Amino acid sequence: MRLSKSAKGILGVITGLVLLFIYVPLLLVVVNSFNADRTFGWPPKGFTLEWWGRAFESVGVREALVTSLWVAVVSTIISLVLGTLLSLALQRYKFFGRDVINLLVILPIALPGIVTGIALNNMFTTILGVPLSMWTVVIAHATFCMVTVFNNVIARLRRTNERLEEASADLGAGVFTTFWLVTFPQLRSALLAGGLLAFALSFDEIIVTTFTIGAGDTTLPIWILQNLFRPNQAPVVNVVAVVLIIISIVPIWLAQKLSADSVGVGAPKPAKAKVAA
Amino acid sequence: MSASTSPAAGSTAGDAGQAVPAIRLRNLTKSFGAKGFNETKAVDGVDLDIRQGEFFSMLGPSGSGKTTVLRLIAGFELPTSGTIELEGHDVSGKAPFQRDVNTVFQDYALFPHMSLVDNVAYGLRVRGMGKAERRERAVEALERVQLGKFMARRPAQLSGGQRQRVALARALVVEPKVLLLDEPLGALDLKLRQQMQIELKELQRSLGITFIFVTHDQEEALTMSDRIGVFNNGKLAQIGTAHEIYQRPTGAFVANFVGTSNLFGQDVATRLYNRGSQFVLRPERLTVHWEGQGATHDGATSLRGAVTSLVYVGHATQVRVALEDGPAVVVLVDNDLPEGDALVGRNVAVSWADHDAVWLPDAA
Repeated sequence: MRLSKSAKGILGVITGLVLLFIYVPLLLVVVNSFNADRTFGWPPKGFTLEWWGRAFESVGVREALVTSLWVAVVSTIISLVLGTLLSLALQRYKFFGRDVINLLVILPIALPGIVTGIALNNMFTTILGVPLSMWTVVIAHATFCMVTVFNNVIARLRRTNERLEEASADLGAGVFTTFWLVTFPQLRSALLAGGLLAFALSFDEIIVTTFTIGAGDTTLPIWILQNLFRPNQAPVVNVVAVVLIIISIVPIWLAQKLSADSVGVGAPKPAKAKVAA
Repeated sequence: MSASTSPAAGSTAGDAGQAVPAIRLRNLTKSFGAKGFNETKAVDGVDLDIRQGEFFSMLGPSGSGKTTVLRLIAGFELPTSGTIELEGHDVSGKAPFQRDVNTVFQDYALFPHMSLVDNVAYGLRVRGMGKAERRERAVEALERVQLGKFMARRPAQLSGGQRQRVALARALVVEPKVLLLDEPLGALDLKLRQQMQIELKELQRSLGITFIFVTHDQEEALTMSDRIGVFNNGKLAQIGTAHEIYQRPTGAFVANFVGTSNLFGQDVATRLYNRGSQFVLRPERLTVHWEGQGATHDGATSLRGAVTSLVYVGHATQVRVALEDGPAVVVLVDNDLPEGDALVGRNVAVSWADHDAVWLPDAA
């Protein structure tokens, strides 16, 4: 479809405005993390690394960072295992109730976090009688992180040739050997993409986390929430926010690059990564 | 008929004379879909013995069940009922990796993330052979199919014909008792296909391994096979040598599917021969008499008709004649005819020797 010059201009301006609206506030946070003025007056009075230094010295921030990373890594690993098994089952086998399971697996990502949070909190504390801890957060995160892995892997499985697995079995390989030597190499980049997305989802999650975390533990987003309205912590909050932005955005950017790349099944597809990125 | 006395036939046979078949299928049935609801029988009660060292083709139109039979033998599908024996041992319920048969897939199914040598060595690797030895064997196998110099390449860097050879090397390096080939030449162009037909046949002869070759191409089946099984609707319509299948089809389906046939109905047969069953005549067995005077000597039959079209096929011309008291027939005429449609509409006579008529059983 050809667009007139004025239409192109208007659409360009709208696009620019939307992107500005998204990214200028983020940029402001980044700039303020280096702003010498405590009250974040504009324009910045000078450049300082003081807040960054204070953030790194803060035990609370460091502990929250470690907790967030630990929770994200463990829930990603759980998601990778469960998501892969699920997608293999739903893509490679036919069984009664397959479509229902497919829907039930994807649903958690659409559920409002507050509902998931309250429901899981209720489940853990009143029904199972499990004390809330980092593990309960991991389980809660895995319920929706699994979906990103599942989606990536099942899309890849649809594109890979089932005959490869038959050929492997035909040549004498058992089920696990076939998975390890034939299926897994085809899935590698899809697993990486799904895993990175899962990691990013878990790392900055706050709502479900609030309802499922133990009293003594703090993740980075929860630390921000707790310190947001303490005036002397405000500059450090900016630094933590920047860390959060970086750790969340990089995996998503990488995941997008990876999902665009073909694993090289059949005819190699032209690299779309450049366009997508 | 023992058209296939192969070198391997006697070697593994226990008792004298009666060799154990390489593959024995008994009442083999495979249904898809839910029973009584949308059940379709892809394979419907097939009994078949395939001899040791035989080149056996399974021929039939798509959906006739031939590929399903192959997948059942390989173990990718499990039979609904019936048995599969491999050299006398029941393998019906066994997994593909427990069966001493290997498959060359229609799309070759080469592992895209492995080099050629790793592809070919795969079967040896999963059997636990050491790295140096399996590599050596794989390189040898690749050299046998003239691809030794490409061993470090990936399958995506090869042409269709080369991939085919790799698939063959990969399946043969593990020395299967039976090699299954699922329309392996389908994706190749005509010239390459004809060349591969000869190569495959020679390879099979020199290895003495039983080949089971699935194809829908009747010419391919006729040129390569020791014996052919013709499939129709999940059933075996006929088993026999190429010669038997072509010259003595036992039913209308085989007569029509293998080569071109002129089928004469019961009414014509009754009138001409006073015999109430159908018969077929191959186009090359018919003669056109352009002057309209049919053969009058003994043992020959002649019918009048009008030419409806001429198709030049290079080595001959197919003349279609609508017979007055019979069906429309195709006659293969190998002498030079004038070009164009000058002969269309001419009244001619078509004759044949009575002993060339192939009588079909009434059941068909």
